[in-house]
Amino acid sequence: MMFFFLFSVSGNASTPEFKKKKNSECLLRLRHEGLLNSCPAGVASCPASSCPFRSPRSPRLKLLESALLLGPRPTAGGMEFSELIRTGRAQAELLRGPGAPPLRGTLCVTGHHLLLSPGPQATSDLWLLLLRSVDSIEKRVAGDSGTITLRCKDLRVLQLDIEGVEATLDIARSIEALSSLESVITSFPFFYRPKGLRLGDAWHFHPPEHHYKRVARETNAWRLSEVNEDFSVCPSYPRAVIVPRAVDDDALARSARFRQGGRFPVLSYHHAPSGTVLLRSSQPLTGPQKRRCAEDEELLRAVLAGARPGARGFIVDTRSAQAAKQARMTGGGTEAKAAYPGWKRLHRPMERGRPLQESFVRLVEACGDLEQSMDRWLSRLEGCRWLAHVKEALSTACLAAQGMEREGACILVHGAEGTDSTLLVTSLAQLILDPLSRTMTGFQELVEREWIQAGHPFQLRCAHSAFSHARPKHEAPTFLLFLDCVWQLGRQFPLSLEFGEGLLLALFEHAYASPFGTFLCNSEKERCLCEVRTRTHSLWSGLNQPKEQRKLRNPLYVLNPLAIWPSVEPQSLRLWQGLFLRWTRPPEPSEAAWEKVWQIVTDKEKTEGSQPTVSASEPQP
Amino acid sequence: MEHIRTTKVEQVKLLDRFSTSNKALTGTLYLTATHLLFIDSHQKETWILHHHIASVEKLALTTSGCPLVIQCKNFRIVHFIVPRERDCHDIYNSLLQLSKQAKYEDLYAFSYNPKQNDSERLRGWQLIDLAEEYKRMGVPNSNWQLSDANREYKICETYPRELYVPRIASKPIIVGSSKFRSKGRFPVLSYYHREKEAAVCRCSQPLSGFSARCLEDEHLLQAISKANPVNRYMYVMDTRPKHRMQSWWATQKDIGRIIVRISSKIWNDEKIRESHEQKRLNAMANRAAGKGYENEDNYSNIRFQFVGIENIHVMRSSLQKLLEVNGTKGLSVNDFYSGLESSGWLRHIKAVMDAAIFLTKAIMIENASVLVHCSDGWDRTSQVCSLGSLLLDSFYRTIRGFMVLIEKDWISFGHKFSERCGHLDSDPKEVSPVFTQFLECVWHLTEQFPQAFEFNEAFLLQIHEHIYSCQFGNFLGNCQKEREELKLKEKTYSLWPFLLDDQKKYLNPLYSPKSQAVAVLEPNTVSFNFKFWRNMYHQFDRTLHPRQSVFSIIMNMNEQNKQLENDIKDLESKIKQHKNKQTDGVLTKELLHSVRPESPTLKTSLCFKEQTLLPVNDALRTIEGSNPADNRYSEYAEEFSKSEPAVVSLEYGVARMTC
Repeated sequence: MMFFFLFSVSGNASTPEFKKKKNSECLLRLRHEGLLNSCPAGVASCPASSCPFRSPRSPRLKLLESALLLGPRPTAGGMEFSELIRTGRAQAELLRGPGAPPLRGTLCVTGHHLLLSPGPQATSDLWLLLLRSVDSIEKRVAGDSGTITLRCKDLRVLQLDIEGVEATLDIARSIEALSSLESVITSFPFFYRPKGLRLGDAWHFHPPEHHYKRVARETNAWRLSEVNEDFSVCPSYPRAVIVPRAVDDDALARSARFRQGGRFPVLSYHHAPSGTVLLRSSQPLTGPQKRRCAEDEELLRAVLAGARPGARGFIVDTRSAQAAKQARMTGGGTEAKAAYPGWKRLHRPMERGRPLQESFVRLVEACGDLEQSMDRWLSRLEGCRWLAHVKEALSTACLAAQGMEREGACILVHGAEGTDSTLLVTSLAQLILDPLSRTMTGFQELVEREWIQAGHPFQLRCAHSAFSHARPKHEAPTFLLFLDCVWQLGRQFPLSLEFGEGLLLALFEHAYASPFGTFLCNSEKERCLCEVRTRTHSLWSGLNQPKEQRKLRNPLYVLNPLAIWPSVEPQSLRLWQGLFLRWTRPPEPSEAAWEKVWQIVTDKEKTEGSQPTVSASEPQP
Repeated sequence: MEHIRTTKVEQVKLLDRFSTSNKALTGTLYLTATHLLFIDSHQKETWILHHHIASVEKLALTTSGCPLVIQCKNFRIVHFIVPRERDCHDIYNSLLQLSKQAKYEDLYAFSYNPKQNDSERLRGWQLIDLAEEYKRMGVPNSNWQLSDANREYKICETYPRELYVPRIASKPIIVGSSKFRSKGRFPVLSYYHREKEAAVCRCSQPLSGFSARCLEDEHLLQAISKANPVNRYMYVMDTRPKHRMQSWWATQKDIGRIIVRISSKIWNDEKIRESHEQKRLNAMANRAAGKGYENEDNYSNIRFQFVGIENIHVMRSSLQKLLEVNGTKGLSVNDFYSGLESSGWLRHIKAVMDAAIFLTKAIMIENASVLVHCSDGWDRTSQVCSLGSLLLDSFYRTIRGFMVLIEKDWISFGHKFSERCGHLDSDPKEVSPVFTQFLECVWHLTEQFPQAFEFNEAFLLQIHEHIYSCQFGNFLGNCQKEREELKLKEKTYSLWPFLLDDQKKYLNPLYSPKSQAVAVLEPNTVSFNFKFWRNMYHQFDRTLHPRQSVFSIIMNMNEQNKQLENDIKDLESKIKQHKNKQTDGVLTKELLHSVRPESPTLKTSLCFKEQTLLPVNDALRTIEGSNPADNRYSEYAEEFSKSEPAVVSLEYGVARMTC
């Protein structure tokens, strides 16, 4: 459930004095970080009354609030961030785990950030943590000081040693309150204004029209339908979807009523070499009475008619046959054989929801224990079942891809809601088959189209990461599982992906907590209502800045026009150490090696005299 | 060859090891004096050296023929189906004979002829000179000297002739100590750390039995600790697990009790002297005398330390378990990890690594000398000493240095290669993957320190291949004395020059020798740093491997860079020449262009060597080895191709599919 806190800037400016010099230093840094016209609470806690943070309260906010009937409103006409901030600052020492030296300085909680500004003698920069990325917080007090352990959503563990018991408790409470705010429009992306980026940039990189253009070049059997223009047919679909040309909008609407959440079958990918398509939907609402829907059947018949002549269809159900059958009791079910001639069902059970989240939690737990014996580690790695999920996801995607490429069949993928494992399968299948989706822009488009616009509920799934003690409700690391599978593909085909591990890590971080608006909300509808596109920056514009490229790109990339079939044997799959062990092991040797690879590649490009893709002088952070 | 009855069998099927459907390649099987050769219908050749064969198994006759399963020591497993049982039987019998030779002279190395003349052969053998290596380390010096005590192999048959000992250790001390040590393997120098002036020494266990002492041995250890001017304390590392030694002590106590009992019986009844019990007691007492470890009370200035590496038998069965798990068809992720755990293999690897790290720390941090031993001092001791040296000294991380390391700590100090690798038809209980473990430890280091090693994984795999191949003389025999008696240097060739000639293949393109950070390696042995070495244990199961090689592409680029740089130099010198001749710049420009087309950019697409962009046929549609049919999810392809089942049987069909 979402609810809103209103905020006002006028409030509470009675914050303690702050040394002028440090203050201006802090502001400079903030301005540099693009946080300037940032957080209203930043204003509240920020010392000077002439603080340039002041920005008038958006008049649109009230309107939005009424438009978004998403949950109960706070009773007292509004709430201020400043009320949640119990203390402005304290002296603290930050321990960042192995490798990084401890930082000492003044700790300061603002509406969206935790700041640590080192004393004047220190040379290091201001340290900054987005409060949204705090997953769990633990406090301990002893004597006249306290310790706060912050476990972050990107799996980092930070420790803050704070002077003063009262300060410790206050800061802990503030962080706790601020990191768990569920309001979307008061979240940081709405205030983040980085230098060098313009609002509205990159939001129109990947509209459905763009994808349709490509499909239309290859086949005439599909059209772009705007039946969902006002999100009334399917709240979790984007405004425009690609459907068979032979089916009109009325039929679509009726088919939508037969599918859970209105997610009627739409085109996910057209595989031009074989003339087949990949579709996705949610489960049909057959129910215990085995209901049928003529328009839905017609839609799937039209799919086969539009594909290469004589094409068959396979429905890949991501549940077991047993589970699919049981779903009938609750109104769901599967397509009846007799009703869909030419289509055949295949069941590939995939884990989802809570078991997946538990698997993630247990793996992260195991990865945090440095003292365990080899046997214990291996048995925990086995027990968490994470790699089994990876194998399952990859082999189901391979099955779908194989059905299209080798068997010349059309594939419809769905599970129950069609927003989790379904997207996992369709997006991976495209990576396997489509060389374009393996490029930097192609992959971004794939994530945008198959995850964000296709209605993967990021807000719900990524509300908490592996450390949270809160009872999981809708959390599930489906998107992380996707990234892991992509990483496995990249490991098996190290030259075929234009992007490197860096992009996958960045996507993981931003999906859970981000200054950008890309992963906000659960669907296009919500994003529209919150005006995410006009009031926040797109992650893609942030990532595609030239200075980021060296971190994100794979220097060894060579265009590979073929399908990439991964091995799914357990011996071929590996734990993604770069993610799960990122903060527990010293990364130097492998980073140095990566740097060397870059050197060799750029060296080659220089000596060849061709245009280097990335300037070699760019310093590594 | 008298063992070969059938030399050629046609219509033989080669099964895919991991496929659950009986997919097979059909081809012809040839049996030669040294190899088994299978040529499939695509003319792809599979060569199997007879010496690589660990076991041949004939399975029960099936309708399609007689299955023959061959397991190789380099972890290749092939599954043939021979149409006629008689042929199968012939091949089976021949392979049994050919893979197990009784005499060294029948091994491949004695017939292998790489077309080198005698002087080339001799130069090959002289490539690695250990005396030179000790000089590089800085011995002999004021504290260490070359001892001629073992010049005639009189003191210890399994040691080399040339041994380095503390200068103050006199010959009687050495002789006395050697009598107190198992197999006469008294403490000698293995590695000398020049800066720290600390030494890594090695020996076998003391025959201390219950409480025996040996003053000479105590003196020798004292001499070693005195040879270190900085730290008088030295570590004695017993690489055996403490619990095993403790249980041994427990049995010692039992024996003590029996002795008391028997003695009292003897006291009572003289006749018991010849009894059965007396014999048993003798046997136990003898066994007890062959074991032991140093008592810290008797040796001054030592610190005794157990590091738990298990014995060769545990290691052998551990690897066996590992291979069993990996060979399973349709292996699930969970079975894989629980199998990996129960085999204990990675635990053993970690134990070896931890021991080497302990040694390194003793030298680097405490500046102390270390004496390493296990039971006989040729298995675990070799592992720990060589791995420790590798961590300490970057020279051993070069291609040539690694060869020296193997020559020094493994070959010369008498690791029993022939017995451990089962070169001859001998006691299977002596076979153990001790050296394989060492290579795996090195591989783990290369994974943790990608820039610290001059060689790559292929180098390790190639060495592993030749440990078993018996193609070269280096690894034949069990000690230097035996090798000299076999006249290996006259009759066989050395492996090293061949590896050096092929050096390009084994270079690590990321190697940066000047990096200060890698002077002494400090590996992290947290459990999750240990991974299953797929490229070793599934070397020949190509479907399990990454489909594109980063190494080869970087190597290629490196090569190109070098070549381009040379081109530039060439051109620059030409330009200079031209400028000297004539001041016309136009011509030089043309010259530049004329060389352009030869630029090696055209060779870039190494990874696509096997493919064309036009999908001509099935095999060319994907990168070689990456075909959906090669992967296990292809088993579902049968589901695709099945005819539409009737509606009634659908549920059944679905159920089968998902289970």
